[in-house]
Amino acid sequence: MVLDFSSNADYIWALLPEILLAIWAMGVLLAGVFTEDNDSDAPGDATTLGWLSLLGLLVVAAANGWVYGAVEGDGSPMIAMDGFRFFANWLLLAGAALTILLSFPYLTRQRLQIGEFYALVLLATLGMMFMASARNLILLFLAIETMSVAAYVLTAFNRRDRKASEAGLKYFLLGAFSSAFLLYGIALVYGGTGTVNLQEIGEAVARGGAFSPLVLGGMALLAIGFAFKVAAVPFHMWTPDVYEGAPTPATAFMSAAVKAASFIAFVRVFMEAFPALHDTWYPVVWWLAALTMIIPNLIALTQTNVKRMLAYSSVAHGGYLLVALAAANHMAMGALLFYLLIYSIMNIGALAVVMVVANHDEEALDLEDYAGFGWKQPVLATAFTVFLLSLAGFPGTAGFMAKIFILQGAVESQLWTLAIILALVTVLSYYYYLRVAWYMWMRPGSSEERHVRVWAPIPMRAGIVGVAALLIFLGIFPGGLLDGALDAVQGLAAGVPAAELVSGLPDSP
Amino acid sequence: MSSSYLPVLILLGLSAVNAVGMVVASQILNPRRATSEKDMPYESGMVPLGDTRARFSVKFYMVAISFIIFDLEAIFLIPWAVEMRTLGWEGFAVMSIFLAVLVVGLVYEWKKGGLDWE
Repeated sequence: MVLDFSSNADYIWALLPEILLAIWAMGVLLAGVFTEDNDSDAPGDATTLGWLSLLGLLVVAAANGWVYGAVEGDGSPMIAMDGFRFFANWLLLAGAALTILLSFPYLTRQRLQIGEFYALVLLATLGMMFMASARNLILLFLAIETMSVAAYVLTAFNRRDRKASEAGLKYFLLGAFSSAFLLYGIALVYGGTGTVNLQEIGEAVARGGAFSPLVLGGMALLAIGFAFKVAAVPFHMWTPDVYEGAPTPATAFMSAAVKAASFIAFVRVFMEAFPALHDTWYPVVWWLAALTMIIPNLIALTQTNVKRMLAYSSVAHGGYLLVALAAANHMAMGALLFYLLIYSIMNIGALAVVMVVANHDEEALDLEDYAGFGWKQPVLATAFTVFLLSLAGFPGTAGFMAKIFILQGAVESQLWTLAIILALVTVLSYYYYLRVAWYMWMRPGSSEERHVRVWAPIPMRAGIVGVAALLIFLGIFPGGLLDGALDAVQGLAAGVPAAELVSGLPDSP
Repeated sequence: MSSSYLPVLILLGLSAVNAVGMVVASQILNPRRATSEKDMPYESGMVPLGDTRARFSVKFYMVAISFIIFDLEAIFLIPWAVEMRTLGWEGFAVMSIFLAVLVVGLVYEWKKGGLDWE
């Protein structure tokens, strides 16, 4: 089927995954409120609605694959039809699905409103999918807000928890602040180029609007807004508090899918609208990447709260991804998608084990609480060790291959300094990741009974072990996924001036 | 072309000077004799009954939020109704989808008890 977007009906086919997801999310919301028992005080059952949501995500993923394979066309001025969008959709759907699969016991124990939680996760995913496809800055902004508002609510979802409320308010205020930057940036870019379409902005900029102060100012404000959303240093201050305070399933969702979607939108805007200005924005991204790699890794060294440590680790991973954006070549873009997928699943996996150790509560998150976990729960502890090694980038895991591909992209653009920083901070990060593993396996628990009984139902256990197995598999055979990612980003980096790449970028700004 | 707007600029400047001048002049010239009546939030108005930061029921928020949604619905519906014939069936379909989404929200609110006052 070829779509030329001459009639509005073409949009129905082009947006089939998004439409299905929207309908499904509303269905889950209604199913939740109709099955809810307002009178009884007993905790609700999260599994039925959870499976319903997972089924929906599966249907959407299949529809996404069908549109990717069977529908042709260049897309419209509003939405893109490229591989980048469809690959990103799969990645975001996988993040949402894992979050839901691993949240059953947490929602039940914390007596959270189940229907609303799943509906919000699905609606946030809908916003993310539009972020991946938007080719128009206004549509992009609406998509970002759809995602962000759902994420604010998810952060403050446990209203009995003061810390969650505090985190929600912080996230809301700073998120609204960053949205204002984005919006002002969009306004200035529109003022400078007369269009909000990314490709037309790209053409206008390439024609020589490059030194228009309006475009440069707008680009700077857009960069600040996105840096907030992806939590790049020095715009990361909200991240540790929000990730620590939020309910752990929401933390997993935010640190994986929300962050991935923000990166995808960041990349699309800068690769489609401003490739001609690469030498202008490249020093900014260079510094963001360098700071975001170094500072959170140093702070993470001193964390004793494992959830907070993973929050800083999440910020640091944003730095590795920014290296790919600074490099801005075909290899780096493919590596970015590969990294986002691997990072999403391993981070959600790690936070799932954190949920189990903390007994689906927000206490027992300290390193000491992991003592003795290894020998009492060997399966979960082995999986957790795989996640930690993969997050650290240990050879043999997918996290290692992901870092290698990013390095390859960086080296192709001759970003030697960034590549060296990446390698050094990776070695540094081994310390705080492996310290958790050391506590788990080498330290005796505080008592004999501790960790003997943990609550990890079969679907959750299967999810954790499955992700760990996948990480090992992709660590040994990364080729297929990388080819898929490289295929998906075909032409994305084409607008970046090639002459610059041949002669080599200035290695430091 | 821009010179034709010069009177507007002059008017703007004069009115700004006038407004600022009145405030500043009254600050400088008037004598201040504060009495308790003058210091009240609404001089010669109602006698205040208590603190403005009174707590009131969250139910009012529910009504306010519902009102905003249906208010916006009217804002979208009226222009569509005016141009209904030109927009045709496509416009009708789009509007129906919009209303269906709103109805989902209404059903949710109803079922959740957001419309019950007690």
